[in-house]
Amino acid sequence: MSTTTDPYAGTRETTDGRIYTVSGGDWDDVVTDAAAQHAERVVVNMGPQHPSTHGVLRLILELEGETVTQARVVMGYLHTGIEKNCEYRSFTQAVTFLTRADYLSPFFTETAYAMAVEKLLGITEQVPARAQVIRVMMMELNRISSHLVWLATGGMEVGALSAMLYGFREREQILDIFEMITGLRMNHAYVRPGGVIQDLPPGAVEKIREFLQIMPKKIDEYHNLLTGQPIWLKRLQGVGYLDLTGAVALGMTGPMMRSAGYPWDLRKTQPYLGYETYDFDVPTHPDGDCFARYLVRLDEMRESLKIIDQCLDRLRPGPVMVEDKKIAWPAQLALGGDGMGNSLDHIRHIMATSMEALIHHFKLVTEGFHVPPGQVYVPVESPRGELGVHLVSDGGTKPYRVHLREPSFVNLQAVAAVCEGGLIADVIASVASLDPVMGGCDR
Amino acid sequence: MSDQPAGQPSGAPALSGPRAETGETTAGAQAALVGLPSTPRPYGGYFDHVADALARAYPEVSAAVERTVVDRGELTLHVRRENLGGLAQQLRDDDELRFELLSSLSGVHYPMDKGRELHVVYELTSMTHNRRVRLEVAAPDDDPHIPSVVRVWPTADFQEREVWDLFGVVFDGHPALTRIMMPDDWPGHPQRKDYPLGGIPVEYKGASVPPPEERRQYA
Repeated sequence: MSTTTDPYAGTRETTDGRIYTVSGGDWDDVVTDAAAQHAERVVVNMGPQHPSTHGVLRLILELEGETVTQARVVMGYLHTGIEKNCEYRSFTQAVTFLTRADYLSPFFTETAYAMAVEKLLGITEQVPARAQVIRVMMMELNRISSHLVWLATGGMEVGALSAMLYGFREREQILDIFEMITGLRMNHAYVRPGGVIQDLPPGAVEKIREFLQIMPKKIDEYHNLLTGQPIWLKRLQGVGYLDLTGAVALGMTGPMMRSAGYPWDLRKTQPYLGYETYDFDVPTHPDGDCFARYLVRLDEMRESLKIIDQCLDRLRPGPVMVEDKKIAWPAQLALGGDGMGNSLDHIRHIMATSMEALIHHFKLVTEGFHVPPGQVYVPVESPRGELGVHLVSDGGTKPYRVHLREPSFVNLQAVAAVCEGGLIADVIASVASLDPVMGGCDR
Repeated sequence: MSDQPAGQPSGAPALSGPRAETGETTAGAQAALVGLPSTPRPYGGYFDHVADALARAYPEVSAAVERTVVDRGELTLHVRRENLGGLAQQLRDDDELRFELLSSLSGVHYPMDKGRELHVVYELTSMTHNRRVRLEVAAPDDDPHIPSVVRVWPTADFQEREVWDLFGVVFDGHPALTRIMMPDDWPGHPQRKDYPLGGIPVEYKGASVPPPEERRQYA
């Protein structure tokens, strides 16, 4: 079989038994070979480079036949020291790091962090209403795009390849909206302490309305394609079960907890950014398995569409950044021939007309603003659950400590609970249903 | 596996260069930060109710809680490490408290807080009563031991491993305290303030841009 002829990593003997590198071929051959050596247990290393592990997640599975008896998670392959890096940049610059943490839902990290800085500064009330509506709208669009990636990759991993094509197709429309508004498809750094960096460009509202027309039909399409599909049901129903007690003990939040039947959603229970004034429901499901999580996420997309629709009706003309010029930066951006940058008007103002403005601009860009000492914890409801920012300021212009309570990181603790005792094939579906994003998990 | 939890953060590179000064510029403010005084009663909102319920459920509370700080609408209980285990159990189980979810657990390194350099911050959520409370526990650098709360909140497992990995806090009673972000054989604990950011000079159009921590500091 292929395992012995692999030029890069063949079979070798160690003190703990024989190690195989399996890259194709028949699993039965491996099992037969192991049985012939009286090996009672097989330990399989899955990842970190594996198409079904959502990035660089490594799973170590101990098997008896095809049943998983133990599952352990190894992470850290994408640890980039985002939290540490933030301690060396000004409060505004830190956003450009944090947006890269959970790259599938950057607006949530940006918004949670911006809200934390605003809370430390005591300017939460001064953030303009229009900026708050835009934040909510971008987050809900982002929730849909994140759930679409989950549907696409999760579907692909259990063999529903069309789900991947459909999911990425609709996500592309949302990324087009993001690109139009922020200039970037990902890593936007659009939400900054004090508001957002710039107002919606002309045509953005129409483009979002167009998307709102299309998307409900697409969600129907997913239901038609998957919800009653026998293979889909067999792969997901009764797989990856986690009940409410387990979910609370392991710190599961978001769709993981709501699929166990508990309607805990921070947008409802501890509202922020005016979520209490929007009309939407919190979908739950009693079953607590992979299929329940699938239904909850599809329903959440519909609820997000409802919120976005209300946001569009609430957009009133006005500023999108706080009045205080000692905090508001960057806030004079314009799209030029070479991309986004300070507007020519602003440059003319600081370079040609006002020495004071130039000094102020220089101070704000190089030094930043001082934030009074203290610590806050600001949680928001991200697509994966409670995303919290624990921010400590020592009174300087840089964060003393930024900690992200990442739902991907916490939720991966459930791997053992949802995988052990099941079949190895169900590990794929179970891990996919947790929806981990390793960029956020490892930070 | 990695060095045993008892090991000190031995491999951390020494404090040098401009970093040494950056911590000093706001020393006054930092002292104010770690020394926020106890807030007098009433705390306002549900905080008084939580404090009363805690006093009923855990009679040693006056010795266990060193300071109670209400700041920016958030309640922080500074807890002595000896009492963390018992207090955590009551916070989770008492009917009036019911903090059944440990939302977040993170470390903060305060080198200027002599004798209590390493702080661990617990953000608790009560889903039953829809409340939040923060616990803060401190340990000295030369005895970085804090009792583990994994037995009370299993979700603390990975989060305590992260704080051990990045700050060097040893959580006594943790079932398997190993590194989680850094490689198993990594020396030092990278998020401590005496650990440099690292980085290499970057050449750009003939000039060289130093790593962030060696650049000019403006504040």
